[in-house]
Amino acid sequence: MTITQTGARVAGKDGRSRDERIRAVEEAAYRARHHALDMGEVQGQGYVGQALGAADMLSAVYTDQLRYDAADPHWDDRDRFLLSTGHYAIGFYAAIAEAGIVPVEELLTYAGDDSRLPMSGMASYTPGMEISGGSLGHGLTVAVGMALGLRLQGRGEQRVINFLSDGELDEGSTWEAAMGAAHHRLGNLTALVDMNALQADGPTADVLRIEPVEEKWRAFGWKAIRVDGNDAGALLDAFDELEAGRAADGQPQVIICDTKVGRGVPLLEDREKAHFMRIEEQEWQICRDQLTAGKEDAR
Amino acid sequence: MSTAAPAKRASTSAMIASIADADQRTQTAPFGTALAALAETDQRVVGLTADLGKYTDMHIFAKQHPERFFQMGMSEQLLFGASAGMAETGLVPFASTYSVFAARRAYDFICLDIAEPNLNVNVVGGLPGLTTGYGPSHQATEDMAIFRGMPNLTIVDPCDALDIEQSVPQLAAHEGPTYLRLLRGKVPLVLDEYDYSFELGKAKVLRGGADVVLISSGLMTMRALQAAEALAAHKVDVAVVHSPTIKPFDSETVLRELDTPRLAVTLENHTVVGGLFSAVAEAAARKGVAKRIVPIGLPDEFLDAGALPTLHERYGISKDRIVQTVLAELG
Repeated sequence: MTITQTGARVAGKDGRSRDERIRAVEEAAYRARHHALDMGEVQGQGYVGQALGAADMLSAVYTDQLRYDAADPHWDDRDRFLLSTGHYAIGFYAAIAEAGIVPVEELLTYAGDDSRLPMSGMASYTPGMEISGGSLGHGLTVAVGMALGLRLQGRGEQRVINFLSDGELDEGSTWEAAMGAAHHRLGNLTALVDMNALQADGPTADVLRIEPVEEKWRAFGWKAIRVDGNDAGALLDAFDELEAGRAADGQPQVIICDTKVGRGVPLLEDREKAHFMRIEEQEWQICRDQLTAGKEDAR
Repeated sequence: MSTAAPAKRASTSAMIASIADADQRTQTAPFGTALAALAETDQRVVGLTADLGKYTDMHIFAKQHPERFFQMGMSEQLLFGASAGMAETGLVPFASTYSVFAARRAYDFICLDIAEPNLNVNVVGGLPGLTTGYGPSHQATEDMAIFRGMPNLTIVDPCDALDIEQSVPQLAAHEGPTYLRLLRGKVPLVLDEYDYSFELGKAKVLRGGADVVLISSGLMTMRALQAAEALAAHKVDVAVVHSPTIKPFDSETVLRELDTPRLAVTLENHTVVGGLFSAVAEAAARKGVAKRIVPIGLPDEFLDAGALPTLHERYGISKDRIVQTVLAELG
């Protein structure tokens, strides 16, 4: 992370070693997971499982990849990050608090009346939220337009990163957008797919089979890499590999990230998976303790 | 099998059928021409279509500004999602497809990606109402009813080439999203004979009349003017009020004309559910104007395929049927 002369933060490598970059992402993800538990506890519910699962992906984006200005979310030269999965807002808020875009204290207003942090993400409510996601299958179509629009205006070096879920691969519009992005050679567009293998009615494999996912994206003309989405090193390596071959008028790129719902909190990792996870009042502290213990074990 | 050639019959009107009468003055592709002209002075303007460039006159723009034209293929959800994304980067997209696909298939994308963030995306829908003989798959008889419930969206139902030409720069200048009911190809030129100019959000009195007031939008204003001429021969004095902006509706002008002892008739190229008749009746009810209004429009049913003149006659929106309806109402 560097601060430019204009005050903008540019996430990035700054000549740091791979290990240093990984550590920065892991630290941010760890704190973001704690934020997510805190937000969930205030509401007594929420999409905590998704936030824990996606924390590494979101932290890799905001700590290592995205160009943005925390003080000016509408900065013209920023990269665009689109949260197509509106219900992952809890995880997004945790990441943008770590990025300095909203104060950490404000996170406890999550999903409350008049909060800037509604349960389903909306652009008009939250600084740094580019779109109102939640009607699934929209994000990638909007991302295609942003990538086209930026390139047309000579700003093709600005990246558009669309975060979507494996459930959104059910939506035909996702594949309309995938085809359109490849046809228009949107090398400035990157998709991140959270493969948490879970959707509203149950495991993705039971709801609607979507595998083989990499082959689908490749068949649609994308450069595709599949990684463990809870491995910061693997995520950064994937970003680096794509960066090396990226051109504004080249192939769009997708990182398919296998993640674990509830990651970092064994109580939730092992619980019967639910799209909207219920956590009992006395369990929140157990979750926090497990998250902290896991961190200490890793040291 | 017959050995002789079959007799010629009125055939199903093609998708690209002109709605102009044989002897009518027309202007070719007023939308595409106006958009291409606007793009000369406004660098923000871009055009998109979903494999219907030729059928929505977008090809005129595409030819003159190829670098600012984007073919999205037969992918209407992408068409409008991508238009939203382009608007987010500061561009002013005009995105064309048929009205049926915009209103029915891509509603969610227009609603949430364009209207909710109030983006300057201009949705251009071909074949509004009964302007094709292809049947319900292509006839957007309920597009205005669908779109009127969408917050932020401005809806324009132009009468002729003049309306379209003058509306295009105003739609681009308007900050929020718009929906234009496109007339394409050889489009009648009618309103240049009246002291009229298109003003977004305004209804205009095209002619005064003591006995009847016809309140109309879209191509039905052309029919209303023809019917008014024909009714003059029956010694019936007919006023015509043209309300090309359906939403936001110019209640003030329309109610001023409605709230008189004259027979009041609405005319629209749309189902009588949820369109102009509804807008007029809602405005009247809100103001306590108790007045009978006769709706002329398409019936609340899926319509037949066939030749447009046959169908317009069948469903009561031809000039002759309008005259008959008015005379019957006058008793």
